[in-house]
Amino acid sequence: MIRKAVRFIDERTGSASFLGKALRYVFPDHWSFLLGEIALYSFVILVITGVFLTLFFEPSLAQTTYHGSYAPLEGQHVSKAYASAVRLSFDVKAGLLMRQTHHWAALVFVAAIVVHLMRVFFTGGFRKPRDLNYYIGLTMLTLALVEGFAGYSLADDLLSGMGLAIAYAVALAIPLVGAPLAFLIWGGQFPGSSDFLSRFYIAHVLILPIAIGVLISVHLLLIALPKHTQFRGAGRTEHNVIGTPMWPGYALRAGGLFLATAGVLFALGGLVQINPIWQTGPFEPWLGTNGVQPDWYMGWLIGALRLMPGFEPHVFGYTIFPNPFFGGILLPSIVFGLLYLWPTIERRKTGDHHAHHLLDRPRDNPWRTATGAAVFSFIALIFLAAASDRIFVSFGIPYTGQVWFFRIAVFVVPVIVYRLTKLICEELRDSDAHPLRGSATREVKRQQGGGFTA
Amino acid sequence: MRRTVRRLLTATLAAGLGGAALMTLANASAGVQRLSAGPGQLSSPQLIAEGRQLYQEGCASCHGLDAGGIPGKAPDLHRAGAGAADFYLSTGRMPLDNPGDQPVRTKPRYSGQRIDALVAYIGSLGGPPIPKVDPSLGNLSQGMQAFTDHCAGCHQVAARGGIVTGAFAPSLVDATPTQVAEAVRVGPYVMPKFNRRLIDDRTLNSIARYVQLTQNPVDEGGWGIGHIGPVPEGMVAWLMGLAAVLLVARLIGERTE
Amino acid sequence: MAAALAGAALAAVAFVVVYIVSADTQLLGLSLGLALGCLAVAAILAGQRLVPQEHVVEERPQFGDVSEQQQLELELVEPASGISRRKMLLGVGSLAGAAVGVAAVVPLASLGPSPGDEIGSSPWRRGLAVVDEQGRQLGPEDVPIGALVTGFPAGADPRELGSPVVLVRLPQNQLQLPTDRADWAPQGIVAYSKICTHAGCAISLYRYPLYRPTSPGPALVCPCHYSTFDPTRAGKRIFGPAGRSLPQLPLAIDQAGKLVAGGPFSGPVGPAWWGVRRT
Repeated sequence: MIRKAVRFIDERTGSASFLGKALRYVFPDHWSFLLGEIALYSFVILVITGVFLTLFFEPSLAQTTYHGSYAPLEGQHVSKAYASAVRLSFDVKAGLLMRQTHHWAALVFVAAIVVHLMRVFFTGGFRKPRDLNYYIGLTMLTLALVEGFAGYSLADDLLSGMGLAIAYAVALAIPLVGAPLAFLIWGGQFPGSSDFLSRFYIAHVLILPIAIGVLISVHLLLIALPKHTQFRGAGRTEHNVIGTPMWPGYALRAGGLFLATAGVLFALGGLVQINPIWQTGPFEPWLGTNGVQPDWYMGWLIGALRLMPGFEPHVFGYTIFPNPFFGGILLPSIVFGLLYLWPTIERRKTGDHHAHHLLDRPRDNPWRTATGAAVFSFIALIFLAAASDRIFVSFGIPYTGQVWFFRIAVFVVPVIVYRLTKLICEELRDSDAHPLRGSATREVKRQQGGGFTA
Repeated sequence: MRRTVRRLLTATLAAGLGGAALMTLANASAGVQRLSAGPGQLSSPQLIAEGRQLYQEGCASCHGLDAGGIPGKAPDLHRAGAGAADFYLSTGRMPLDNPGDQPVRTKPRYSGQRIDALVAYIGSLGGPPIPKVDPSLGNLSQGMQAFTDHCAGCHQVAARGGIVTGAFAPSLVDATPTQVAEAVRVGPYVMPKFNRRLIDDRTLNSIARYVQLTQNPVDEGGWGIGHIGPVPEGMVAWLMGLAAVLLVARLIGERTE
Repeated sequence: MAAALAGAALAAVAFVVVYIVSADTQLLGLSLGLALGCLAVAAILAGQRLVPQEHVVEERPQFGDVSEQQQLELELVEPASGISRRKMLLGVGSLAGAAVGVAAVVPLASLGPSPGDEIGSSPWRRGLAVVDEQGRQLGPEDVPIGALVTGFPAGADPRELGSPVVLVRLPQNQLQLPTDRADWAPQGIVAYSKICTHAGCAISLYRYPLYRPTSPGPALVCPCHYSTFDPTRAGKRIFGPAGRSLPQLPLAIDQAGKLVAGGPFSGPVGPAWWGVRRT
């Protein structure tokens, strides 16, 4: 049967030799090379569950009266979008499972991208020839953030409506073009024209997923062309790659990872409740709830918006930079700008224009690792600040005190982290001169006459 | 049957996956103990006398011997009303150790019978009585809308509490219908107060009924992780979702030379 | 491994049965998760134990062969070498390209109107009645001290950003309005835009002390980023990220004793934009 299939394909495409080579493609073994795969598999789950959801969701802001299984909403005036999202959660078999799995998959998708980005950054995997692919990866992260936010916004529940109000304010805060741009996106002033939701919907289910899908293909191609990177080790050089061939060992393990990812996501989707929109209720511009939070990956932006002191530069009584500009536009521009420029910055600093296929361990490049750790601690603190209202409710640490603490900590802590990381890296590097992957500990023996040898 | 299944699964999951930190965050806002005693409505002269006695032992140091208040320390309790007294005492918010602190829900300092006596005494000084509320007469849909309009801004839409700069709005997971009604009418600490023009008695019944629902919400989706929205959701995504998959990756990717 | 495969089959069957019988979300998730998990175990075990474990060394292709690059360059440039007036054609060509590019994006302008007068505007004007969510006209007796009331302009779209206002009544001796706003607060009732000047969320928190000396003073708070405004001092920001005060709506009491607007808002409503007037 296999022979028949192979013959069928090859006689029509002539691809037997290519496919044979592809099956022999070598994957170096290291668990950290699987992080991107986790993101890819989450994306697959997102597409599958998302298609299911589109069959029931109605992206319309037209008003309707809710009649359905959730009694507290009975008779309330809600948008068709909200009503259909509640209906698919309560009255469509497996609908809630799909909706929750979709949402969990989105959270894990972005988390996996971030962890993957950190692996690439701290090991120098972004260096030539892979800098091009690094930019594509960053672009996918950016698109994933927008895509996730668009999905969060579709349900037209109280949380998503308040999130959109903030997004509108951030768009408005862009210098010069903010107001016209926001009016283009929303079709007028917030809450926007009746077209608004269907626009977000098309972006969420068509434009952005296709863009991400295309970039994934290019990303994979650009991995395969120069072949995988690898860590230093016995026999490994810049000119070869050592590992397990795709078929059969690697394919089975990777397939196992896909199944495991899917299993975890569906288990979460069935067992752990996420975004219970029936409890949140429908949105109106004059309604608000305490503890407004976005999905985790937007947490740093809300943290920055909350930490920013209340100042708005102005001349002659006219505002120049609206306050949300600083947390909502400037901060992400700086962070993403730094990430995009990093390969260039590093080339400039080191003067190293060569191609690299062997990865660094984080300690091998203390300056890079320390800078990355400092930036990471900066963003992590802003994330934490975004939860400071819930920290107050749960642990009683006064909110205003926390805000002031974070306002100072975001500048002090990264400096300390930078120094400390650099010190640790240098220590590790020097004590472990042999660049072998693995433990840096050495056997210590007690000599007979007293004293130790390492 | 479905609810039992869900509870069982939820419990297993919570225990099995060891989200201890999460549980802390989610449950830290929960109060201490549900009050067993109902509000005292009796006010015989003996009860009032007993209440005055208790008052002078436990409350007079701040509110004054004649309950006329001590400027800068604590307010006059004349015309404060039985409703306010019952609210503050039955939720353990009074007596307060330090007059400047925000009163928070704790285990009541007094037994149910002693609270009845104190409430009878404060009630005898005038003011509105304990409001009558009957959740069973309320309408859930009206309750949800009124709660979102008037209460969710501070108490959070699932009644899990929140913050107002300078103070916090308590979670309502332990609030009895009577306490909810008292708080609405009294406006304790920095809470706004709502008269019958703003929230009529029928709407109040509905709000009380809706608060009861939020105490045991419809968690069709499974484990409710505290009902406080995306913060615990993000923690689950990282600490359970991604962590589990990373563990698998670690197991299959480890296999090197 | 056979056990894992059997488990997967069993769990998958359980999923189908649950779907038909009750469609309980938890049982569906559990069974599907288990089925996929068991399959994962089987696949991983097969990959690690069943099939031959190979360790292969492969040559890596080296990029950047200079002679190939030169060849490509030549092929790109060669055909053009015979053309005269190359620069001119190139210039006109890019011009045409740019023009077509602009023409291609211009229809995007259909997406929305120009901000013009709409942004920051409000339906409120002098004499317009203040109504509640049900359209009932509000009077001073509907705004007791310590209560937070949401009002809308009679007959206007409540969803417009310029529509909702918060009404609170304060003791006259606590009010510290600027002198030009002295008559904006009949009976101590003040009205502010309900839309936060920071990020456009609804000001739905009101802090009003039952006993002033031991509690924080009156404040209007936005639940999104906790911008805090002082209703006694014309909506001035006292904490948080908002850059402007809340726009105040002058109030008056009409012949029938009901609340009406005494004029338009004191400033533009909603979140700020480049060039917005600050007051």
